[in-house]
Amino acid sequence: MYSEKVMDHFTNPRNVGEMPDADGVGTEGNPVCGDVMKIFIKVRDDRITDVKFQTFGCGAAIAVSSMVTEMAKGMTLDEAMKITKSSLADALDGLPPQKMHCSNLGADALHKAIEDYRKKQGK
Amino acid sequence: MKTIYMDHVATNPLHPEVLDAMMPYFREIFGNPQSIYEPGIRAKEAVENARAGTAALINAKPKEIIFTSSGAEANNFAVKGIAYASRNKGTHVIVSKIEHHSVLNPARFLEKSGFAVTYIPVDKYGTVDPDDVKKAITKETILISIIHASPEIGTIQPVEEIGRIAGEKGIVFHVDAVASAGNIPVDVRSMNIDLLTFAAHQFYGPKGAGALYVKEGTRIVPLIYGGIQEGGRRAGTENVPAIVGMGRAAEIAKRDMQKRIEHVRPLRDRLIDSVLKIERVTLTGHPEKRLPGHASFVVEYIEGEAMLLLLAGKGIYSASGSACSSKALKASPVLISIGIPAHLAQGSVVFTLGEGTTGEDIDYFNETFPQVISRLREISPYAKGWEGAEDPTCTVKK
Repeated sequence: MYSEKVMDHFTNPRNVGEMPDADGVGTEGNPVCGDVMKIFIKVRDDRITDVKFQTFGCGAAIAVSSMVTEMAKGMTLDEAMKITKSSLADALDGLPPQKMHCSNLGADALHKAIEDYRKKQGK
Repeated sequence: MKTIYMDHVATNPLHPEVLDAMMPYFREIFGNPQSIYEPGIRAKEAVENARAGTAALINAKPKEIIFTSSGAEANNFAVKGIAYASRNKGTHVIVSKIEHHSVLNPARFLEKSGFAVTYIPVDKYGTVDPDDVKKAITKETILISIIHASPEIGTIQPVEEIGRIAGEKGIVFHVDAVASAGNIPVDVRSMNIDLLTFAAHQFYGPKGAGALYVKEGTRIVPLIYGGIQEGGRRAGTENVPAIVGMGRAAEIAKRDMQKRIEHVRPLRDRLIDSVLKIERVTLTGHPEKRLPGHASFVVEYIEGEAMLLLLAGKGIYSASGSACSSKALKASPVLISIGIPAHLAQGSVVFTLGEGTTGEDIDYFNETFPQVISRLREISPYAKGWEGAEDPTCTVKK
């Protein structure tokens, strides 16, 4: 059902945890209908220097969260805004059709964290 | 890696004696039971022998058994077959809200075809109140269909009482006994049942073999028209090896039933006691009136499919009713019907034990499951509570 990469990121998720001093936080999804992803970012000179996530959800949701944090780390904010559900799914060697919305959530949660940071900066 | 199968309500391996009984009917005695020469006659004898064994499991007469391809076919046959046979008498059907899809979907089909259907609610344990069934009966009611035991929450329904009510009113009573027949005693006479669905793979028989018991004298319209097989009520060349397997599995289930119950029940109780020691975990279904090998829970703050995957990684195979583990991405209607909020239904997990489950398996499970829960709670944003999760609107983009 899942690719090896999905299973790897699900069983050994990277960047799990809370970030009390985050510069931006984004939450996407809803536990009533499925998954919730919360992404924390640390930003220096317009670049994401650290990312953490917390996720309530299925194997795909956890794998997507792990992957999006790995991809975003080190990117400039503009680059990170260009991460899409399909680039995320591709990085995981694909997702089953009924799980594609998970990659959507991952991208959206990251983008919300960036928007949160920018709002706080007054930009 | 050691593997522990804890999904016996999904299906079961064949009992070795069942496989032995089936083997000759693939190559040696391969004749069509409708043929009049020796191999056909012997195949016919085997089918009739299996019919007797299958009937005895539920205390029916052999001629009251119609073999089908599955429980789903038998449920469709019962609901549609009775409705269409009785539509001159009335057009109202009663089912519970926690029926299997193979009863609910034919009921919805009937609604589109001019029938009215009442869906009886259940209490927090998933039990139907026979009084609610009684109150739902109208002059138009022609069929009451109730599931005997829920595969998702294990709850056993008071079918005997519902059967008595149906009998008093002269309404046909169908019971979906797929999860129960062969696992706990089912007696169509003492339970006042007119039709009963059951499936061989639920009691160590083959997949592809089901049966519908139809009480003598009950009018039913076929689902599959064609030849004269099964008394003209279910056409199609008989699946002889599968039917033979069902008959043998039924005989063994009858013989070993008490032993099997006494084997799984204490193991199941040990599992439940251990799991309920974990914080924020609730048993779903009835605490006592449930299938003997069945344990089902909701685990808060985490999601079912993720639990199944981590457990599978540790060699433990189980099931969930969470939205994410269903292809339709919808929480189980059974869990919603017993009043579990959708965000908690996400943490549904079901363990069903069987003949092969050992005490060591339960020890291993009891040690592993808390680790799986902790692991996922470490990742969850709700590990400290459901704060911020109250928003009831669904924003999932598909």
